[in-house]
Amino acid sequence: MENKLNLTLKVWRQADAKSKGRFETYKVNDISTESSFLEMLDIVNNNLIHEGKEPIAFDHDCREGICGMCSLYIDGRAHGPDDDITTCQLHMRKFKNGDTITIEPWRSAAFPVIKDLVVDRQAFDKILQAGGFVTVNTGGIPDGNAIPISKEKADESMDAASCIGCGACVATCKNGSAMLFVSARVSSLALLPQGKIEGARRAKAMVAKMDELGFGGCTNTGACEAECPKGISISHIARLNREFLCAKLAE
Amino acid sequence: MKQFDSKIPAGPLADKWKNHKAAIKVVSPANKRKLDIIVVGTGLGGASAAASLADLGYNVKVFCISDSPRRAHSIAAQGGINAAKNYQNDNDSVYRLFYDTIKGGDYRAREANVYRLAEVSGAIIDQCVAQGVPFARDYGGLLDNRSFGGAQVSRTFYAKGQTGQQLLLGAYAALNKGIARGNIKSYVRHEMLDVVIIDGKARGIITRNLVTGEIERHGAHAVVLATGGYGNVFFLSTNAMNSNGSAAWQAYKKGAMFANPCFTQIHPTCIPVHGDQQSKLTLMSESLRNDGRIWVPKKKEDVEKIRKKQIKASSIAEEDRDYYLERRYPAFGNLVPRDVASRAAKERCDAGFGVNETGLAVFLDFSTAINRLGQKTIEARYGNLFQMYEKITDVNPYEEPMMIYPAVHYTMGGLWCDYNLMTNIPGLYAIGEANFSDHGANRLGASALMQGLADGYFILPYTIGDYLSHEITSPKVNTNTSEFEEAEKAVKARIEKLFSIKGKKTVDELHKELGHIMWDLVGMARNEKGLEQAVERIKALREEFWKNVYVPGTNNSFNPEIEKALRLADFLEMGEVMAYDAYNRNESCGGHFREEFQTEEGEAKRNDEEYTYVACWEYTGEGQKPVLNKEPLNFEFIKVAQRNYKE
Repeated sequence: MENKLNLTLKVWRQADAKSKGRFETYKVNDISTESSFLEMLDIVNNNLIHEGKEPIAFDHDCREGICGMCSLYIDGRAHGPDDDITTCQLHMRKFKNGDTITIEPWRSAAFPVIKDLVVDRQAFDKILQAGGFVTVNTGGIPDGNAIPISKEKADESMDAASCIGCGACVATCKNGSAMLFVSARVSSLALLPQGKIEGARRAKAMVAKMDELGFGGCTNTGACEAECPKGISISHIARLNREFLCAKLAE
Repeated sequence: MKQFDSKIPAGPLADKWKNHKAAIKVVSPANKRKLDIIVVGTGLGGASAAASLADLGYNVKVFCISDSPRRAHSIAAQGGINAAKNYQNDNDSVYRLFYDTIKGGDYRAREANVYRLAEVSGAIIDQCVAQGVPFARDYGGLLDNRSFGGAQVSRTFYAKGQTGQQLLLGAYAALNKGIARGNIKSYVRHEMLDVVIIDGKARGIITRNLVTGEIERHGAHAVVLATGGYGNVFFLSTNAMNSNGSAAWQAYKKGAMFANPCFTQIHPTCIPVHGDQQSKLTLMSESLRNDGRIWVPKKKEDVEKIRKKQIKASSIAEEDRDYYLERRYPAFGNLVPRDVASRAAKERCDAGFGVNETGLAVFLDFSTAINRLGQKTIEARYGNLFQMYEKITDVNPYEEPMMIYPAVHYTMGGLWCDYNLMTNIPGLYAIGEANFSDHGANRLGASALMQGLADGYFILPYTIGDYLSHEITSPKVNTNTSEFEEAEKAVKARIEKLFSIKGKKTVDELHKELGHIMWDLVGMARNEKGLEQAVERIKALREEFWKNVYVPGTNNSFNPEIEKALRLADFLEMGEVMAYDAYNRNESCGGHFREEFQTEEGEAKRNDEEYTYVACWEYTGEGQKPVLNKEPLNFEFIKVAQRNYKE
């Protein structure tokens, strides 16, 4: 059933990467519990514009939980107070009338703030550019059914591949580690015969790039898994470590 | 009137592409290294094209508006990708996929293009498997298939309910490979604001750096637009919030023809609108129609009780349910094409049988399938879609049927292009949803992914070589010319103008108003009077926009409001041309339904005699009515017939 909420927002505002940020407080009324969290922010922004103020910058795009663009840290949780969702899938029925909601950007040395709640995640692209691919050109490829792949392996690969690259794992990790992100890609490809061939080299190159870009190390707290909107398992980190070890031993 | 040639090769249908490839020129590796190509957009079309062109040895610059190429809206496609592999031994073939696509498009697409699409479809699957795309497999380890609307065979390949995502990650990985190799340069958070034409040829683009606001010039020997569709002209759609038609529109305003703008796909299975504070609609995959049955109550009193929440849908007896698609279309049942399913839902809701408070919803019910296959199987097939539905609506679809209603999803219309995917501006190409070429008046499910990747992996890399073979002696494009200067000046002036208005309405408020006009008058059902009104109201709204919009902030910073304002300015022109096109087409076909032209049973009534053509609109100046050019569609190989999904 639809209800209306009156809320107080404490929002991180920061003009650009170089400026100092601060929290600003905003009141917002008559928000439908049927609205999504981002629709609530749309309403706040529309009000701010009418008041002659600059709206709150935040990243968003598909609003279906798949593009990985939205990236808010809400009341101390990446993607807010619900499980297995992105911020755009968070609905206002998760909040109560009179609540104060704190909204921050991802906080990580590797993700500098661009403005307000928007961060720069190009570090993720760079890690994947270091080796997160199978080295095949377009064309000259055997039939898709030429190499059978067991259903179990294909399904497990798919589970790892469901990573949307949002960065919630990094934002949640106390070390700012990108191990869940890296391991998901390494694991997804290593599970398939097509990706296995370059498995060791890939693992080494991606881990080296991750270290170079200022992400922290993994201490196995499992916080990343708990906050991952796609429920990516930390068992992939174990597989990455195996691949990485094999690569090092081979040297 | 524009002179244009669709360059469809002569010869038998099955030999056209083969003969064409043999006839066109290629560029030597040493010369490819000297040639630059700009690709705008990094969805399936753009990413696959950029990666493949770089594999060939060209220098590629690739641009996207998101923070990473991987976020393009292709990622949201759920259900699958079609390919004529005939792995299921169900008598599928290149011809059958071609035939289904032409028929699904209501005989308003080019035979030669569609045949080629079907022909290369199999190679797409092979390519994706080689990239490590984890398609669903059966217990024997081979690739699995499911069924989709408009087909009687199972030819849809899928990766859970995230097929678009997985295919895009494959293409994005191929792009990353090119970036690592060094012959692709990626520009993220950059928006193309104009195309630059020198001596009649596309020679570059003007972009805005969305982080700094800087206006930049980029030159190349060819420009490829892979910038998707313009569904967001309706404000509410299943398109991503940042999806827009502006790149294609700038090309149109520089002389490229815009084809069939009124052909819009309204997808039948979306989550219904909940109120006027909504910003976005959510699609539920068409794959759900494999196992979901669509119905409304037979009795009005049941409808009333459901709307008042006095009874639950599951409590309505089987004999009191109207499975209207199964009733009207026995041969295809719930798997009729999207346009047919959408209109049928509208017909029931207009007749007063809609099942939510607004009266604009029908049921999509899985109880039969759950009883037959067990909840586990349904969960394995659609788990993430069911979860998505429950998060949005707070209703558990394993227990109660989903509520769905049609919403704007895809645009079949787009930039006109020839058989080589080149627009009528030499050197300017349009691929994927940005062009008009393959889907006619209605696109079949799981065919957008197929077309994007067909264009990018296997068509453009061949055809662009033919054009570039004449460019091998052209030096690097100099961006310090008067043409670049003027284009940059015009872009800056447009931005300054928008900031200077300082009116009373926000961009979103004006966009919502446009959306209402479009949905009410240029939406699922159109008529002559409504379209006349639409043109007048859009003109008035456009005038208001340029007098009364308020764009806060400055240009020299990250400012989503100026991005949205620039896009809305274009939507306000696009909507008008869509209305002209819908007004001109005095027939119903595919997604274009003119109320005046329907059969007694309410089916779309085409007028093949007068409208078997591609409507190509030509820009004639600011505020002027565009000129209509016609490319006749010649059906040499199949018999044009009324679409029949009944028997």
